[in-house]
Amino acid sequence: MSDTSPSTKAPGLFQRIWQSDMGYSFRSSKITVVAGIISALFVLAALFAPWVAPHDPYDLASISIMDAFLPPAWMEGGDARFLLGTDNIGRDVLSTIIHGSRISLGVGLASVFFAASIGITLGLISGYVGGRTDAFIMRVAEIQLSFPDILIALLIDGTIRSILGPGAHGNISFFVVIAAISLAYWVQFARTVRSTTMVEKNKEYIQAARVTGKGSLYIMFRHLLPNVMGPVLVIATIMLALAIVTEATLSFLGVGVPPTQPSLGTLIRIGNDFLFSGEWWITIFPGGALAIMGLSVNLLGDWLRDALNPKLR
Amino acid sequence: MTDKPLLEVRNLRVEFPTREATLVAVDDISFHINAGEVLGVVGESGAGKSMTGAAIIGLIEPPGHIAGGEIIFDGQRIDNLSNTEIRKIRGRHIGAIFQDPLTSLNPLHTVGRQIIDTIITHLPLSQKQARTRALELLKEVGIPSAEERIDHYPHQFSGGMRQRVVIALALCADPKLIIADEPTTALDVSIQAQIINLLKGLCSQYDTAIMLVTHDMGVIAETADRVAVMYAGRIGEIGPVADIIQQPKLPYTVGLMGSIPAIGEDVERLTQIDGSMPRLNALPSGCRFHPRCPSAFAYCAIERPELIEAGNSQVACWLYDKEKGQGKSPAHGLQKTHTKAVSKTTTQPANTLLQVEGLKQYFDVSPPLLTRLLERTGRKYVHAVDGLDFTINRGETFGLVGESGCGKSTVARAIVGLYKATDGTICFDYVDDGGLDDKQRMQMIFQDPHASLNPRWRVREIVAEAIPAGTGSTKQKITARVGELLAQVGLAAEDARKYPHEFSGGQRQRISIARALAGEPEFLVCDEPTSALDVSVQAQILNLMVDLQRRMGLTYLFISHDLAVVNHISTKVGVMYLGRLVEWADTDTLFSNPQHPYTRMLLDSIPDLTNIGAKRSQVGGEVPSPINPPSGCTFHPRCPFATDRCKSEIPIASSVSGSSVACHAIEEKRLPDWKTS
Repeated sequence: MSDTSPSTKAPGLFQRIWQSDMGYSFRSSKITVVAGIISALFVLAALFAPWVAPHDPYDLASISIMDAFLPPAWMEGGDARFLLGTDNIGRDVLSTIIHGSRISLGVGLASVFFAASIGITLGLISGYVGGRTDAFIMRVAEIQLSFPDILIALLIDGTIRSILGPGAHGNISFFVVIAAISLAYWVQFARTVRSTTMVEKNKEYIQAARVTGKGSLYIMFRHLLPNVMGPVLVIATIMLALAIVTEATLSFLGVGVPPTQPSLGTLIRIGNDFLFSGEWWITIFPGGALAIMGLSVNLLGDWLRDALNPKLR
Repeated sequence: MTDKPLLEVRNLRVEFPTREATLVAVDDISFHINAGEVLGVVGESGAGKSMTGAAIIGLIEPPGHIAGGEIIFDGQRIDNLSNTEIRKIRGRHIGAIFQDPLTSLNPLHTVGRQIIDTIITHLPLSQKQARTRALELLKEVGIPSAEERIDHYPHQFSGGMRQRVVIALALCADPKLIIADEPTTALDVSIQAQIINLLKGLCSQYDTAIMLVTHDMGVIAETADRVAVMYAGRIGEIGPVADIIQQPKLPYTVGLMGSIPAIGEDVERLTQIDGSMPRLNALPSGCRFHPRCPSAFAYCAIERPELIEAGNSQVACWLYDKEKGQGKSPAHGLQKTHTKAVSKTTTQPANTLLQVEGLKQYFDVSPPLLTRLLERTGRKYVHAVDGLDFTINRGETFGLVGESGCGKSTVARAIVGLYKATDGTICFDYVDDGGLDDKQRMQMIFQDPHASLNPRWRVREIVAEAIPAGTGSTKQKITARVGELLAQVGLAAEDARKYPHEFSGGQRQRISIARALAGEPEFLVCDEPTSALDVSVQAQILNLMVDLQRRMGLTYLFISHDLAVVNHISTKVGVMYLGRLVEWADTDTLFSNPQHPYTRMLLDSIPDLTNIGAKRSQVGGEVPSPINPPSGCTFHPRCPFATDRCKSEIPIASSVSGSSVACHAIEEKRLPDWKTS
């Protein structure tokens, strides 16, 4: 590996990143640059949705049922105010997509964060302690892996909802979805962290720390954690794409976020009802947005995996 | 001698383009190999020696490429051949042997299949004829019961046997030249001797030339006809082996020879070449060795020296230039200082610091319960350490030697408390050291300088971690202490801000030592601290350890497989074989008058630098598996003096002429005296 250290202090942080090996491998892959730009656009649009979106889809006062089912602006009967047309109650499809990506991204990021936290902790313990603890955690993980992820998420979602009862439905359904997705996806993190931990724990710097008399928790979180974060970063990116799609699937099935705060999945479900009556734009545009978002995040993850893997360089 | 050499390399240049700059791994080198000749290529890691070998057989990994010069093999230019054309030469006319016998055979095919395939590719033989030839080859390389072994898979062979198979593979098309890249580095000394003898014998039999790439001067001394010394991508000196080893001309070769510890030589400090090989992206101007060279003068930094005749050899050094080097003579800074070391035996009354009694360390490698029940097998244990007694006195250096797998490292880990001993006691300063207490008084230095430092931590954090969290340790105090510790091991205080990957192997080992010293220990356990380092760096580290010991009154347990290193640094030596100590004595006694047959074999198998071209005597056989050790004396299957008693009865240590030896043959006075040479 060549020297990536900041040897001169003069250039700014951004410039240093740009000049580094990571920056170079990013620059030299055109498709990654495109994916990066698209992802950045999505993130920015999601962050500043209220200012970016031409209409406020939640403001009932500005919605007119008279505008319902308008086709995209360039088609016959289209309205210049609604670039991508309107849905069944007259909301601007473009605005709902922007607001929807905000929810999709938010749910995705939050669930990846929680999945990673659970997975890293259990993976570290499993890999470092070994023995029966390892066997127990990994058997649980394997049982969970033998079901499709979406089924697990549905199961957890359904269980939490039935425990909480129908009354609490609206406000907390965000958190229910996040919990469902993170509990469905911690396994991948745990397995990756475990295998990396098992390699790292036999290295001599861990033994050196033990000889100095350091405890297991200290070694796990101070020594091992920084050294297992590389692969975690990679799967976190790939999982983000998966989590976004899973959230969309849950919402499509009607158990995701409430229709009053539609995510991309909810929009696709709403549009699905009108697909055969000719109003294709209500479902195709959110679907396309979802596909592009998922693809670009995935491409970023792929690049990160290759860039961090010295063998593929 | 024919006029035309078998292989001629002219002005070869190998480049690696990277983003920042083009790195030149091999820079404008020329040499030749005559038919049937053994050319040794030596140099420290990064010198470009393997790259030269790879260039000849066209195996340079892209993006590296040959950027200039030509390679002429048997009258034909081969550096510009297409892939298909070079394939006809590779394997057929030029064979290759690589370092690691574990990875150079395909684990999914039987060894016979691999040899037969290679034969059929290169020679017009039928399947049946090829098999007969494969069998012959396996017999020739000394594989016992070859008829049966030919259908075995690589994992069924031991390391030494596998390397024999690789040699058979290289020889199978009767090539004219073999490129052997560190063929013995991954093997134990005793196996190394067997392989070297085999290689040499076969090549003189078939009149095959060898380009032997290695860092081991001993191997070169007994094998090569001529030697090329490489440094930072250039050939520094090339000439007949006797001249290079006995009268080296290049200051670098002089230093290299001086930094190798030798048995029978009692020097206090090894010759030390300061610094380390420059990185390829920061090569010095002029002569690349001049920043480290004690005889360098102003002109050395200006122009690159070319090879010129000097005596029987050719040297690339301005000292030997008639005009530039006028009046200059090689400085003597790098010659061995023949000051007799202070008597190694401690005169002060023995003061036991560490006492190990009946130490046993077994590892459970049993298959799972269900398998055990179904196959009706019991539990399986690796007898890593099987009853070990020794004491270390304060201020001593106890050297522990043995081949790989004999349990040396396990002993180290048991002593510092990384393992809980199965049986026996370890008393540190008269207190039973039950677990990981007393950490500050006992520290460990590890083998691999790349793995023993956390790559994500700065040096400051790494060293500071080991500083005991005492009262009132402020940030300033810790920083000051880290600087102090780094200074003690010869690093700068500013280095504390860097990450481990910014240092070379030797510097990392210094950091490792600084960390070990942080708790002001009395006792350091050193597990092969220099075996991953180049000889010139090894000399630096050994000298540092000797200095620190004198300054701080440290006690060392020094574990190594290298007898010469142990001889250099230790006051007492214990020889381990399969988990037991077979002999221990004062260093001088052990090396001048070894008793146990195993010790004698080990001493015999060390390549001797003074004895050029001499065959070393071999130890037959290999170390048995510690899962199922031989009964009685564990050494009896390899011992020429074994009797029935040795097979059944475990020998008890007894004192014989100053040594403690566990051997029936010595007890019964059946053993001849050690050769008096």
